[in-house]
Amino acid sequence: MVDLSANSPCAGLLPLTIGSVTLSEATPGTLTSIAPYNGQDKALSAALKSLHGMAAPAPNRATGKEGARAIWFGQRMILLQGPPPDPGLAKHAALTDQSDAWAVVRLEGAGAADTLARLTPIDLRDSQFKRGHTARTELRHMMSGITRLGPNSYQIMVFRGFAQTLVHDLKTAMQGVAARG
Amino acid sequence: MRITCPNCGDRDRREFYYTGAATFLDRPAPDAGGAAWDDYLHNRDNPAGVTRDLWYHETGCAAWLVVTRNTLTHEVLKTELAADVKGQRNAG
Repeated sequence: MVDLSANSPCAGLLPLTIGSVTLSEATPGTLTSIAPYNGQDKALSAALKSLHGMAAPAPNRATGKEGARAIWFGQRMILLQGPPPDPGLAKHAALTDQSDAWAVVRLEGAGAADTLARLTPIDLRDSQFKRGHTARTELRHMMSGITRLGPNSYQIMVFRGFAQTLVHDLKTAMQGVAARG
Repeated sequence: MRITCPNCGDRDRREFYYTGAATFLDRPAPDAGGAAWDDYLHNRDNPAGVTRDLWYHETGCAAWLVVTRNTLTHEVLKTELAADVKGQRNAG
């Protein structure tokens, strides 16, 4: 029997610092997609609040804080990031474990927004994409989830199979931003 | 070209995938007959003007949209969630 050891999606690729921007792998904990059943949105939000301490996010928003977040994740979909889901949620929504399916990284530092702006078509200006905002969008042809965590801090998610491409594209963009000074 | 996704807001066209005429939402009954099914599967209008298509927000929220647009002016006149359009139809 071969001994298998678990690797994180970006093992061997990160962390990486270029200029003032740092890219590191996040440790998101358990990832669970939550798809509310018809007519259960309000009950699900109440259950999320009582069981995990945060209401369900509106479209393009994230709720919660470090360690336990609920991130809007698309059409009638929420991603619970951090804690394992309380079984009580299953009454209101279909729950699917996604923990090993996503590469999750953090882009931080002055110039993080400039770096992202080279890769995604969304409007990243402070007035449009604030802390607690999230977007499902394109990141260099990959379907991604981008969440703003702080003034110079973004969480970026892509399918696990794209981890190396993600790091490559972000690295190239970081080099471009750094080269401009 | 930009499309306003009802979920995500104003987004670049590259996030979307064109998936055909909106008539795909009107699936005939199984016993509707050959002519109705022929229309549903094969026959499409090609209007110079306002047309309705299905678009998939592929690299965004993964919603199917019904987009009303003008092929002459390239204006996008209206976007709705296909789920809502279909839901109204089923309710009615």
